[in-house]
Amino acid sequence: MLSKRIIPCLDVKDGRTVKGVNFVELRDAGDPVELGAKYALQGADELVFLDITATHEHRKTTIEMVKAVARELNIPFTIGGGIATIADAEALLNAGADKISINSAAVRNPQLIADLAANFGAQFVVLAVDTRNIEGKNKVHLNGGRVITDLETEDWIKQAENMGAGEILLTSMDHDGTKAGFDCKLLKKINEMVNIPVIASGGAGSKAHFVEVFKETDVDAALAASVFHYGEILIPDLKTTLQQSAIPVRI
Amino acid sequence: MENNISDNSKTASSKIGIVNYGAGNLFSLGCALERQNITYGMINKIDDFDLYSHIIIPGVGHAGAAMSKLKASGLSDAIKLLKKPVLGICVGMQLLTAHSEEGNSALLDLFPLQTRLFDKDQHIKIPHMGWNNVDFKDNKLFYNILNLTQFYFVHSYFIEYNPIFDIASAHYGGRFSAAIQKDNFFGVQFHPEKSGAAGEQLLKNFAHLTL
Repeated sequence: MLSKRIIPCLDVKDGRTVKGVNFVELRDAGDPVELGAKYALQGADELVFLDITATHEHRKTTIEMVKAVARELNIPFTIGGGIATIADAEALLNAGADKISINSAAVRNPQLIADLAANFGAQFVVLAVDTRNIEGKNKVHLNGGRVITDLETEDWIKQAENMGAGEILLTSMDHDGTKAGFDCKLLKKINEMVNIPVIASGGAGSKAHFVEVFKETDVDAALAASVFHYGEILIPDLKTTLQQSAIPVRI
Repeated sequence: MENNISDNSKTASSKIGIVNYGAGNLFSLGCALERQNITYGMINKIDDFDLYSHIIIPGVGHAGAAMSKLKASGLSDAIKLLKKPVLGICVGMQLLTAHSEEGNSALLDLFPLQTRLFDKDQHIKIPHMGWNNVDFKDNKLFYNILNLTQFYFVHSYFIEYNPIFDIASAHYGGRFSAAIQKDNFFGVQFHPEKSGAAGEQLLKNFAHLTL
């Protein structure tokens, strides 16, 4: 049976992991390779690296980091941040990335989704969507939620699926950082609307929240950052809890 | 890539040749082999097949496009004549079948099997992406791996389940071929290079496999 995936997300800047990594036993908490390998060993099913600098000058550093990660990691990983062209994506693919996630660049140029899918296959293209509820409507936001667009989240995701996106990474800005649980209502709606995998993001604060999101919605994966980085939730414990709740996981 | 291979490499007992026909993401496969201390090189022309004891056909993306590239590389006929162990991975496995619905493409036809698109009407998401249980028969490829271990899959097309060639199957919508074998030809639909410790064990098993 296909397992539900647990995905730690790491922010990287200039090839180093940043923000909230607090593993005492790590020699170098800023080393994405060491941290990624540690998560893989704990049973993470996949990793997402979000490159928060991702300016043109830093591209080379990112490519080197991706190569270093690919050398060590024996599970799949996605890299996101600043990918705007076929050439950007190809460099990351050749460096060993299994998937790329695109966000703002796709909003500015939706054709990018179709072009990436045609060149590398839909399975390579993750569309990341940051959404916030504004006066009853779900609106796509950019730049980590700071910039609102005219796009309604449901319409944008449907369009992206039709254009060839292979997976949706949906972050609820209303829930992100609250540790009050995932946005199950929205995730359920989106998940029932599309026929591609959906990754839930934003709001994880406890193991019960993961149980809840998989029970109440049929999303394929759940992503979190700080609860894993600070050791508030340990992946083996989480997997055991999910298994006890009859949710299929890889142990 | 390896134009200056010396003669002593020809006598290497176990060395994997990766068919280099433009299939993408060879880097991850190479890294996985390196982690297992398995020596490997690239096969760019027909003569290169002689340099290696075991052959891997990688593959991601579109099966029809992959077959066109493989034909253009001039390596496809030589692959069909190989007598040493060959392992097709993902689309590389699908290339071993007769035909794919992806691009309505005629393939290598080493297995009289069809590669088909998953059926949306079965209420499954496409692609099939993630870790799924692999139910295998007693086979050298799965030596030292527990039955029903999960491997990482990512594919929209699948090889129909068949009792003759399947050495492993998995379920998604219905039962499909997770691994096949016919004589010296093996194929796995999952990605051993991304399937954690079990995937690494499988690559090691293949590298040491004798027929």
